[in-house]
Amino acid sequence: MAVTQTTEPDSVLAKALKEGLIAGALALGLFCLVVGFRTEQNIRNELILTHRWGLLTIFVLGAAILRFVITYTAPLRAERKKIKRAVAVAKEPSAFRRSFPKIGLGLLLLYPLLVILILSAYQGSMMGGLQASLKYVDNFGIQILIYVMLAWGLNIVVGLAGLLDLGYVAFYAVGAYSYALLSTHFGFSFWLLLPMAGIFAATWGVILGFPVLRLRGDYLAIVTLAFGEIIRLILINWTAVTKGTFGISGIAKATLFGIPFTPGPTGFAALLGLPNSGVYYKIFLYYLILGLALLTAWVTIRLRRMPIGRAWEALREDEIACRSLGINTTTTKLTAFATGAMFGGFAGSFFAARQGFVSPESFVFLESAIILAMVVLGGMGSLVGIAIAAAVMIGGTELLRELEFLKLIFGPDFTPELYRMLLFGLAMIVVMVWKPRGFAGSREPSAFLHERKMISGEFTKEGHG
Amino acid sequence: MISEVQKNASAILRVERLSMKFGGLIAINDLNFEAKRGAITALIGPNGAGKTTVFNCITGFYKPTEGMLTLTRQNGEEYLLERMSDHVITKRAKVARTFQNIRLFSGLTVLENLLVAQHNPLMLSSGFTILGLLGFPTYRKAAADAIEKARFWLEKINLVNRADDPAGDLPYGAQRRLEIARAMCTEPELLCLDEPAAGLNARESADLNKLLLDIRAETGTSILLIEHDMSVVMEISDHVVVLEYGTKISDGTPDTVKNDPKVIAAYLGVEDEEVVELIEKAEEAGVDDITAAVDLLSTEALHEIEETHPDAKPVELIPASTLVETPAAKAPSARKAPAKPASSKAGAPAKTGVIKAGATSNALAEPRGGKPDPLILIKGIGPVNERKLNEHGIFHFDQIAAWKKADVIAAEAYLAFDGRIAREDWIGQAKKLAKESQAKPAPKKTGGAK
Repeated sequence: MAVTQTTEPDSVLAKALKEGLIAGALALGLFCLVVGFRTEQNIRNELILTHRWGLLTIFVLGAAILRFVITYTAPLRAERKKIKRAVAVAKEPSAFRRSFPKIGLGLLLLYPLLVILILSAYQGSMMGGLQASLKYVDNFGIQILIYVMLAWGLNIVVGLAGLLDLGYVAFYAVGAYSYALLSTHFGFSFWLLLPMAGIFAATWGVILGFPVLRLRGDYLAIVTLAFGEIIRLILINWTAVTKGTFGISGIAKATLFGIPFTPGPTGFAALLGLPNSGVYYKIFLYYLILGLALLTAWVTIRLRRMPIGRAWEALREDEIACRSLGINTTTTKLTAFATGAMFGGFAGSFFAARQGFVSPESFVFLESAIILAMVVLGGMGSLVGIAIAAAVMIGGTELLRELEFLKLIFGPDFTPELYRMLLFGLAMIVVMVWKPRGFAGSREPSAFLHERKMISGEFTKEGHG
Repeated sequence: MISEVQKNASAILRVERLSMKFGGLIAINDLNFEAKRGAITALIGPNGAGKTTVFNCITGFYKPTEGMLTLTRQNGEEYLLERMSDHVITKRAKVARTFQNIRLFSGLTVLENLLVAQHNPLMLSSGFTILGLLGFPTYRKAAADAIEKARFWLEKINLVNRADDPAGDLPYGAQRRLEIARAMCTEPELLCLDEPAAGLNARESADLNKLLLDIRAETGTSILLIEHDMSVVMEISDHVVVLEYGTKISDGTPDTVKNDPKVIAAYLGVEDEEVVELIEKAEEAGVDDITAAVDLLSTEALHEIEETHPDAKPVELIPASTLVETPAAKAPSARKAPAKPASSKAGAPAKTGVIKAGATSNALAEPRGGKPDPLILIKGIGPVNERKLNEHGIFHFDQIAAWKKADVIAAEAYLAFDGRIAREDWIGQAKKLAKESQAKPAPKKTGGAK
């Protein structure tokens, strides 16, 4: 850096041009065969070589220009960073950052109404707005909030207690199947089964917790991973009860304290004298999952100020010291597993009620990995950071479906959502390089004597299982 | 011994026939001692003596192979610590400990560290979290009390101003103090401190002494401590137990322990048979003070040299007059470090021109022609060793070239090397350099110096 700063602008330009050309040449070498050529089978099963020079040009130019811009602006950025560092000696969190949770909460509460209003204005009719909002409330709102809730639940286990759990989706599955089975066989209502699903999942959390009490780090991760797979395989193979890969369909919908969301005369719309629409159920589900997610957040915030929450965090920092202070680490770990699993169970039963259909395909390891990625990207232990990570990751993949203009660049058969995993990986690498402790790298203390100071992530530990 | 221990009702902790084996290794062998209530008991011994293992047995981190650990609380309740698990020992038997390598919760604030230590009473008052979660006032009051208690201890250890900083951000000495305060927040009756003064400077360890005496005076907590810093041990402890190789070798007040020949031997490091002899001789002579013991030890060591190197002539090696005062230093077989101070004491008065004790046979009073050869050209000799050699009358390559076996032994003794002279072939190098220096009087400095 020091060298580039002292050099003349001309030489910076020359250097940037050179590096850009090199990057372009490298990209050409790398992508020439991978992107530039393509083999297809024609109707007679013959391989036909096609060229994609345009796409290759885009790749090469992209790499060259990106490298050029990065190198050219490097001295500038270094300068700016220096100034920033000099200015930001005692940086207080800005007013926006401090009130961010409140603003976010307000937005979440108003989100369906805002969507309907905007779309109604856009479409010119109230009914058209309602119908069009279905996608935004369901695909974006509900989908994101389910993951926010799951990530907040896993945060108790991973972020607070520092126990690396790779099989969290198992509890989600237990919750979903408890609701699906008990409601189809016994006809219990959603409001009875919601707490029951939580209790079942928590029981499974304790069952998983016992054998892994002595395990730490990698070993714990492997056993929890295996646990997740075991649950999934049971769901697939215990066909007498779970119907295997066919899944359970026709699961009863949730009701608003007994009022069903059906088009009939006793339905929600008819009772309120509203025109029939599927939107009401979606909006109801949105507020339901928002309430459940906020319950998770509230409980987490309260628990952190309880002795058990502090014991979880102490356990993450140093287990031996915990034992020397008279903390029963066995029960502490089990409560962490059980509490985390319980929220996973709630989310699962909600998921079953929303989909009306569950099958083992929804509970694969990838789901666990995604939820864990949200916790890690968001910053372990930070609710706001995790919510942002969940919104970005789930909302981002949903947005990919909308990006039609990408087809203009990459050709008509380009399906952006197929690149979801690639983008996930890239996003994780970028965030981990840029902010190794996640979006919210600091920890809020649970108690204070003089003033509440945020604790920098460099002091907190990730836990060792 | 055991019956005597059992009779004593004032003991807070009785350790009886404690043994701990790790496979074939016997870490503690049949250890008996007791810690008196309200007293500061120190557990000392050389590295690897099994002190921390004793602590780990007392605090439940290890299950002892044999033996009984009885803790009697103030209210008369007796606990058998070897049957309890670690957290129960802290919770019910009221034993708290600190660690040799500090184990704070570095990502929690100083205050939170002290609150975690009050986990059990807070857990009760929060109705095992449920009442607390619902916001019952009992918990709110208990939480406020816990913060007050934390503030009390923060004032004691002078860290009130840093209460809201992460514990990992504190300087080392403050972390040590915080760990003690954290242990005290569990309201222990017996506080076990594992090397609390390790890494502290003189002022900090004086403060530590004050803090420990303060803790005992105000709370009546009995203290059991492992320590290497003798200023701490001798100043504050009422009772000292000395371990070596897992066995107790001495037990008593600091003064008796300090003068126990067994303890001296353990710290100076001699063969086991020698210790026995030493004690016998000391008893015969009727002296048991430190100088007599060192004298005897040194004589032993010298005899050993004579036996192992019959060709070396001790009379030549060391002037007879220095024999009594500083012999251990010249003896390659005197194994451990404590011999060093003695040698430096003897070496101090030596001035230029006076050949130091223990010089080699061909030592010179002054360099020939007033100009010494650059001895650092020999691989293995650095500036420090060059100075040492000069002090001992070695200035020229030909002197080193002419060394015999006895000279090598003598030189190794004062350079504190063993075998390096032969291994690096100083004599061979010196011969070559001596020839070269004859050929051209001013040899260029090559990369020979280390």
